[in-house]
Amino acid sequence: MSEQRLSRRSVIAGSSVGLVSAAAGCIEEGGLLGGGGGSDGPIIGVLEDRSGEFALNGESKWQATLMAIEEINADGGVLGEEVEVYDPDPQSDNERYQELTREAINSEQVDALWAAYSSADREAIRPIVNDHDQLYFYTTQYEGGVCDETVFPVGATARQQLGAVIPWMIEEFGDEIYIINADYNFGNISQDWVRLLADEEGAEIVGSEEIPLGETDFASTINDIQAEDPDFIASMLVGSDHENFYDQRADNELDIPIGSSTTMAQGYEHERLDPPGLADIYVGVNYMPELETEASEEFTDKFYDEYPDAEYVNQEAQNNYFSVYLWKEAVEEAGTFDQDEVIAQLESGMEVDAPEGTIELDPATHHMTHHMRIGHSDEDHNITFDEEQYIEPSFLHEVGCDLTEESETTQYEPSDFYDGI
Amino acid sequence: MSTDTIPDAVYVVLRIFFEFTHSFGLLVLATVGLAVIFGMMGIINLAHGEFILIGAYGTTLSFHAGLPLPLAMVTGVAVTTVVGLILERTVIRHLYDRLLDSMVATFGLSLVIIQLTRILFGNTTNNVSLSMGSISYGPYSSGTYRILLAVIALVVLAVLYWVFTRTKFGLRARATMQDAETARAMGVNTDRMYMLTFGLGAALAGLTGALFTPAFTVDPEIGSEFLVESFVTVVVGGPSVLIGTSLGGALLGTIDAMFTWIGGSFLGEIMILIAAIIAIRIMPEGITGLLEDWRQKRREDE
Repeated sequence: MSEQRLSRRSVIAGSSVGLVSAAAGCIEEGGLLGGGGGSDGPIIGVLEDRSGEFALNGESKWQATLMAIEEINADGGVLGEEVEVYDPDPQSDNERYQELTREAINSEQVDALWAAYSSADREAIRPIVNDHDQLYFYTTQYEGGVCDETVFPVGATARQQLGAVIPWMIEEFGDEIYIINADYNFGNISQDWVRLLADEEGAEIVGSEEIPLGETDFASTINDIQAEDPDFIASMLVGSDHENFYDQRADNELDIPIGSSTTMAQGYEHERLDPPGLADIYVGVNYMPELETEASEEFTDKFYDEYPDAEYVNQEAQNNYFSVYLWKEAVEEAGTFDQDEVIAQLESGMEVDAPEGTIELDPATHHMTHHMRIGHSDEDHNITFDEEQYIEPSFLHEVGCDLTEESETTQYEPSDFYDGI
Repeated sequence: MSTDTIPDAVYVVLRIFFEFTHSFGLLVLATVGLAVIFGMMGIINLAHGEFILIGAYGTTLSFHAGLPLPLAMVTGVAVTTVVGLILERTVIRHLYDRLLDSMVATFGLSLVIIQLTRILFGNTTNNVSLSMGSISYGPYSSGTYRILLAVIALVVLAVLYWVFTRTKFGLRARATMQDAETARAMGVNTDRMYMLTFGLGAALAGLTGALFTPAFTVDPEIGSEFLVESFVTVVVGGPSVLIGTSLGGALLGTIDAMFTWIGGSFLGEIMILIAAIIAIRIMPEGITGLLEDWRQKRREDE
């Protein structure tokens, strides 16, 4: 088989073509939107997934950020300057996230960075952000605990979300809980939070399973749950593969209610899947577009005017949107784009009018106090909201994180501070 | 999981059996298209998952355009077959007997198909729902549709057996794959045989996509959900299309069901991969290679 032998020359020729095109790719990427190294105007980096595993969740984050920047530019910019955007697609890929973060910081010299959907992505780029003391907004709801001098995790934490929904579920349905969660840092730390909250409320965990991302067959999980027959399920499933659980749940008539921190508000499963897969799911959220407040309706109207084809505007899109405005306010009050001074300004304690309501930034922990609601899907997938609480980011205060006093770049985990989990 | 009393034990056995049928149905259906193309033609089709994707999208889109589900599934299979035939004529045809080149080319095709799907149809589709309910036994239940899929998998294997052993097409295809030159000398149009065999493999992948449309979330990444399972089953089963696929599916399905019951789906997944590694080590030609060796030895002994 002569065709199968690779000649040395053809390999060399082939790889040099590869190198040239790779170099061309770099030039193109740098030159597309940003002004390159010596950009005079302000520029922000927006790394949100539009393809790969998390495209569904990243798309509206990206759109809402661009919308905020467009509004700001139309209104005279920040400090009178038009803001540029560097926004290549990280493709839900950790390595690409790292590459693009380096590019954003080193070549584009972004004044602020919005990046990452999943916690795995965030942890992949946080060391790079730390090396360069880059001002970084992470907006996804997450497991909590990041105490980092230049990072502002402005989404709701597991403590805020599960703290709203789990005690409520215990009161409403009973104290036997079965936990299912995605098997990576976010899901596993969330499981710890459910255990902690259950402990505080005197409830019992009757079973738990960590499910790999990408799992599609839940027959065994459903059978395990049926065997234990809990009062409710605490679910932190993540990604489109895990959505198969809801249809299989309906097929198996598993009508045990579910309390969650991950469904509906991010991947809008209640709109994409046919009823009754999400019947009686209760999710702790700081925002869903179904919220019928004036600020929320104004935001969704603007969003769908801007993106008429958009499928949904999720909780994280809202978080990106208000945090761009938060940054703008901070820059204008500081009177400079200098990142240290902007961070100092943010740490002075700021308020922002978000679509979810007016919320405050907690200077010590860089987290937000959020309006937490419990979104409930009925058997026709209509959403109602059961309760609203204004919840502070308390966990980092308990572990003694105070970034206004002491610089650090730690992620604290509940298992390091509480017994019994 | 208490197995103290007899009825409980019966339920647990039933449960493991039904979980095995789920796993077996998925493994066999995920593999069969790949196995036909690899076993018959020696082409490792890395775009196999994306043929499944085309089948799933064909079904989803035509279902939402108003076709009843069975017809939508037929449409999905037809679209995949046509795409498969076009790709065979334009790309694959030039790559027979070039294993490495065909892998790179099909890998490239898979990337192109995923991105094209994303560009044309977005990140998600409206799902196709099919509520067939479940079979309950004791505290447990199993989805009816997934059990039906396992039955369909057996039917597909039986039909393939019939096609390859009892029809003229099967005879010619096997002759072509065994010795193309001789087959040509006997008047077989081998070029056509290659095309039809590849088309059959594509059709089977399309069928898998169509059948799993109501069971899975259909998005541009759906192909990747089948890829690992299908390659592992081919590796464990070996190059013989029918016996390899069914034995590989049965062995891995048993391992999956047992270990998922013992330690959850994570352990089940890990054990499938470990089984594949062990299989490669002790039987590099797969189960069918091992059977062949054993048969030859027995013949020599006689």
